[in-house]
Amino acid sequence: MEEVLFFAGALGALGGAVGVVAMRNPFYSVLALIVHLFSLAVLFLLLSSAFLAAAQVVVYAGAVMVLYVFVVAYVGGDHESAWEPIPGQQLLAPLLGIALFVELAIAVLASSFLALGTEGPEVSPGFGDPAAIGYLLLEKFLIPFEAASILLLLAAVGAVVLAGHQRKSSPGEGPGVPSEQRFAREESNPSGDSSQPPHRRVASEEGPPGPSPASGSA
Amino acid sequence: MSIEWYIVLSSLLFAVGATGILIRRSPVVILLCLELMLNAGNLALIAFSRMVGNQEGQVFALIVMVVAACEVVVGLGLIVAIFRRKLPLDVDELRELRG
Repeated sequence: MEEVLFFAGALGALGGAVGVVAMRNPFYSVLALIVHLFSLAVLFLLLSSAFLAAAQVVVYAGAVMVLYVFVVAYVGGDHESAWEPIPGQQLLAPLLGIALFVELAIAVLASSFLALGTEGPEVSPGFGDPAAIGYLLLEKFLIPFEAASILLLLAAVGAVVLAGHQRKSSPGEGPGVPSEQRFAREESNPSGDSSQPPHRRVASEEGPPGPSPASGSA
Repeated sequence: MSIEWYIVLSSLLFAVGATGILIRRSPVVILLCLELMLNAGNLALIAFSRMVGNQEGQVFALIVMVVAACEVVVGLGLIVAIFRRKLPLDVDELRELRG
């Protein structure tokens, strides 16, 4: 039974990984990664780490993948060009990947870990359950736990700074200007008169407020 | 199943992720391949934790998950910022920082 589950999980994980690399549409790559993460959760369960399997499904396949799906839907699907800037890239990269796999496998299997061929020692039924992990996290690894929380806070603030749009539009600042003008126009859209033609709205935004009928009505 | 199988599978997944990073040019897919490599590392950590028989490797894997989530958030924020500035979403064309 364990062998069947292992090979099912391994096939799912490997197929998902190959799917992520091989799919042309990024949306399908995200879906393949979800398959990969669920299969990895099965493998984590086989390695008797129940809490990590649950966290894998909830955090990764739930939250992180939803974020990916949103971003892929936002930036659109097919951006990859057929143009190949480095000659032989599509041929050399799989060869390098195979070389990396062979190297890693030799490095691990030729190591002197005596327990590598076993299934590991017998463990108690509470091995890897939330209580044990939480105890370790709050007793022995308290400082990494706090550092991780600070890192999460920093990442959240950084994402807001990176992806949030600026309210103040300063003209003549390079490539950021068109998008800022676009957002400024979208913001002024509900407040302004909707019957205005769009070119007049842009003109009233950029130029000084003159005696035009657009600024008079607003 | 012996621990060897898990370790070999983990190195195979890592190699697939590295190949994806070398082949693909879309930043979103490169982030996905980074996820593959981090998850392969997680699998190796958990397999070694099972081999030794204590749970500290699982705590490491949990911290790796946190770091991966942070990396995803910042990377996707960068991608959204690149898209808003109407720059091409292609790592071979975004080469202004290249020496």
